[in-house]
Amino acid sequence: MTRASIRFAPLIALALAALSPLLLPTYQVAVITYVMIAAVACLGLVLMTGIAGMVSFGQAAFVGLGAYVSGYLSSQLGWPAWIGLACAVVAATFAAGLIGAITVRMSGHYLALATLCFGISFYFLVGNSEMLGRFNGLTGIAPVSIAGLELSSERQTYYLVLVMLVLVIAWCRQLLSSRTGRVLRSLRTGPVIAETFGANAHHYRLMAFVLAAVIGAIAGWLYAHVQRFLSPTPFGLTASIDYLFMTVIGGSGQLWGALLGAGLVTIIKHELQGLLKFVFGPTTRLELLVFAAIMIVVLQKARKGLWPFLEQRFAPHIAPVADIEPAMLPCRCAKPEHGLTVLSASHLRRSFGGLVAVDDISFDVKSGEILGILGPNGAGKSTLFNLISGVLSRSKGELSFLGSPLSKVSARDMCRRGLSRTFQHAALVQDMTVLENVAIGATHLGRRGLFASSLRLDRAEERQLLGWSMHLLDRVGLADKAFELAGNLSLGHQRLVEIARALAAAPDLLLLDEPAAGLRTNEKAVLSDLLVELRAEGLAIVLVEHDMDFVFGLANRLMVMNFGRRIAFGRPEEVRADTGVQEAYLGVAA
Amino acid sequence: MNTDVAMILLQDGLVSGAIYILLATALVLVFSVTRVIFVPQGDLVAFTALTLSAFEAGERPGTIWIVTFAAGIAVSLEMVEAARWRDRARALQSLLRFGLVPAVVILAALFLVPKTAPLVWKMAVSAGLITCLGPLIYRIVFQPMAAASPLVLLIAAIAAHLGLNSIGLHAFGPEGVRTEGFSGAPLALFGMIVTPQAAGVLASSVVVVAALYLFFRFPLRGRALLAAAHNRRGAEIVGISTVAAGRTVFVLAGLAAAISGLLIGPTTTLYYDSGFILGLKGFVGAIVGGMAVYPLAAAGALLVGTVESFASFWASAYRDVVVFLLIIPVLFWRSVSVLAPEDGLE
Repeated sequence: MTRASIRFAPLIALALAALSPLLLPTYQVAVITYVMIAAVACLGLVLMTGIAGMVSFGQAAFVGLGAYVSGYLSSQLGWPAWIGLACAVVAATFAAGLIGAITVRMSGHYLALATLCFGISFYFLVGNSEMLGRFNGLTGIAPVSIAGLELSSERQTYYLVLVMLVLVIAWCRQLLSSRTGRVLRSLRTGPVIAETFGANAHHYRLMAFVLAAVIGAIAGWLYAHVQRFLSPTPFGLTASIDYLFMTVIGGSGQLWGALLGAGLVTIIKHELQGLLKFVFGPTTRLELLVFAAIMIVVLQKARKGLWPFLEQRFAPHIAPVADIEPAMLPCRCAKPEHGLTVLSASHLRRSFGGLVAVDDISFDVKSGEILGILGPNGAGKSTLFNLISGVLSRSKGELSFLGSPLSKVSARDMCRRGLSRTFQHAALVQDMTVLENVAIGATHLGRRGLFASSLRLDRAEERQLLGWSMHLLDRVGLADKAFELAGNLSLGHQRLVEIARALAAAPDLLLLDEPAAGLRTNEKAVLSDLLVELRAEGLAIVLVEHDMDFVFGLANRLMVMNFGRRIAFGRPEEVRADTGVQEAYLGVAA
Repeated sequence: MNTDVAMILLQDGLVSGAIYILLATALVLVFSVTRVIFVPQGDLVAFTALTLSAFEAGERPGTIWIVTFAAGIAVSLEMVEAARWRDRARALQSLLRFGLVPAVVILAALFLVPKTAPLVWKMAVSAGLITCLGPLIYRIVFQPMAAASPLVLLIAAIAAHLGLNSIGLHAFGPEGVRTEGFSGAPLALFGMIVTPQAAGVLASSVVVVAALYLFFRFPLRGRALLAAAHNRRGAEIVGISTVAAGRTVFVLAGLAAAISGLLIGPTTTLYYDSGFILGLKGFVGAIVGGMAVYPLAAAGALLVGTVESFASFWASAYRDVVVFLLIIPVLFWRSVSVLAPEDGLE
């Protein structure tokens, strides 16, 4: 397919969706309406499960919450549906905020099980509540009305649901391409990237959880006012499992996957039910067996779901390209003057149980200087890095940054204070573009949050952040790869992207963990030139590297570690002549 | 509430707790070796009672067809794989393992269990059928994705549960059953009236858990499982097959589910879909033990049984809600204590 037809595909789909009620029989129109409601609920799950990496078996409970809040207000108190929508959203925000505050701290499968438990509990709570009509349900819910027109026929509700679906998709798209969205999308790889660049991962996980619940509640509101009768059954555990399976089968990483999954699963289930009833009698539920089998095969063979598979098939290599001018950030603070001590450490010590990984290490780094750290494997270099960058806390010793002492700090604080780092194993978000990956580095330089990006108030800031990221990509020589997916780059290029991302945080101190590993000779030369330039601009750089020529060619001073202790510290030529160092590396008494 | 009622509730709670201990132990076992949260275990519990009840009525239980169906799939998967590697020895081995063993049990169930057969024999054949299902489920669902994350495995486990649930309705129908249990006159123990059923359940649970403990301590196979549980990669390097370890542990899980089904059948009416909630309750117990510590998991299971028993006295409609909401603070406590902020990053 051509680029243009891909670009217009959503519009064509929308036109088809808008026309179809005029052409299809009423029954089909009603079926599609329910598919679209399910798709809205699945969009919430895409945000939470596919994007932020938290599996939920409780989405139907939030759908039910939205449905019952608005349904109760409408049928018992006679409130209009639009006020019901607002109340449903508020209720979902509070409920999810409360549950999330307890549960999102949990890791992986613990969280999934917690959602499963509150999913079941919701069903029993509603089913036993007199106020909500117990298992018999709640009747007499008014339809949605717009300017006095009641939307009660199948075709009218179809358009209501279609409009809401389009709005929710537009909202999600907007959100995912913003500063907030980039952090959310990094969460699937774990909290490390977010925390390293100054974002509170726990806060963002909670945000994804609440967003999923709110979108679920919107789906529930639609359900309540389309169906106009509520019982607990469509909000039980089975429904939650259905939503999750729809999302996984469709492709949990993409918004379109939710549409595809909701449509496919509903239609397959429906058709199979008809067929199997014909063969095995009216009470059979064997369609669930087929459904489970499909799910297991998808998990075994195509874990990312069907959408990425289709995309690969019909539209490979078509990445979105935007026009972004490289630009400097206007408000960058001045670098500290040359020769100022940026970081000083004295008598640092860190032990793990009985093992002392870092023992009595003291050193300092000045601005406009490259400090190389050398040492055999297991010498404690990575632990030292983690102590400085706030990932680990120290057992003993003092650290100070730009003159102010650091007591207990986290990686997040250190980023805000002006420290930035790369990782020994390149940690990029593989399915985000290179430019977006770099822009994660600039997260703490932006101010616009969830609401601003939902309402498109963040455009000016976005232009600045992306322009700044483009500028840094330009500096590491990868501007032409800005719109490729990070996962498609060679390992050497991924390391350069990491350096650009670290620079995007506008640091005063840069920690590089084996930046030259995996680079070719000419790439190493380019990297070396870049580091010299950065040093000339006044950046302080700490470099851990195994390539001796690379380190000796660059470093102003060197520190050599062995068994967690500092065995030499000084200018390269002094270190080269040091007998202790020769012993550590060559294993002989020199 | 007076003391008598409290004692009766406590006894009830301990008896259900003893069954949840079995489930919790098996769940912890399966999780530590394969990282699978074996949700379908509860379904196997319900299927056991339904199978036994069919034997008691002199009918052929639907389990026979389920096992046949599953063995057919497993054997064909194995054959495809053996053909790909052109490995005749493997083809033969898997024919024996996934074909012959279930076939023997199925034939016994078809022809050797008349209505007049003694209860113990019926129980043994029911347990045999259900135990076969454990490794078959592992082969079909989990073995091809053994390297996936616990989360993906959990989704697969839920899918497997859904499949068993739907096939269960087809094979057993929607009616609930109660099976026969330990009979005899009630005993008086420390001033409490103890029914033979309660005493039997407690004793069986203790025996099975003790047997599992011994299995892990002494035979080489048990210790190999323990090694695989501690460190998958390491175990593979020293020549322990993690596939075989997974299969063994699923045999044990199937057996534990079958025994739980035989024990719980006489006390509760079980339907084809009762298993899920049962499994989850065993699971809440397992979570208390952090999916790793057996004595804590056992204590957790007893706690679940007792809470459930008292909750059904005070607010019977909310019985399950109370048990499942109990899990949230427990999970919270576990995940905070597991993520002890200092270590674990290296």
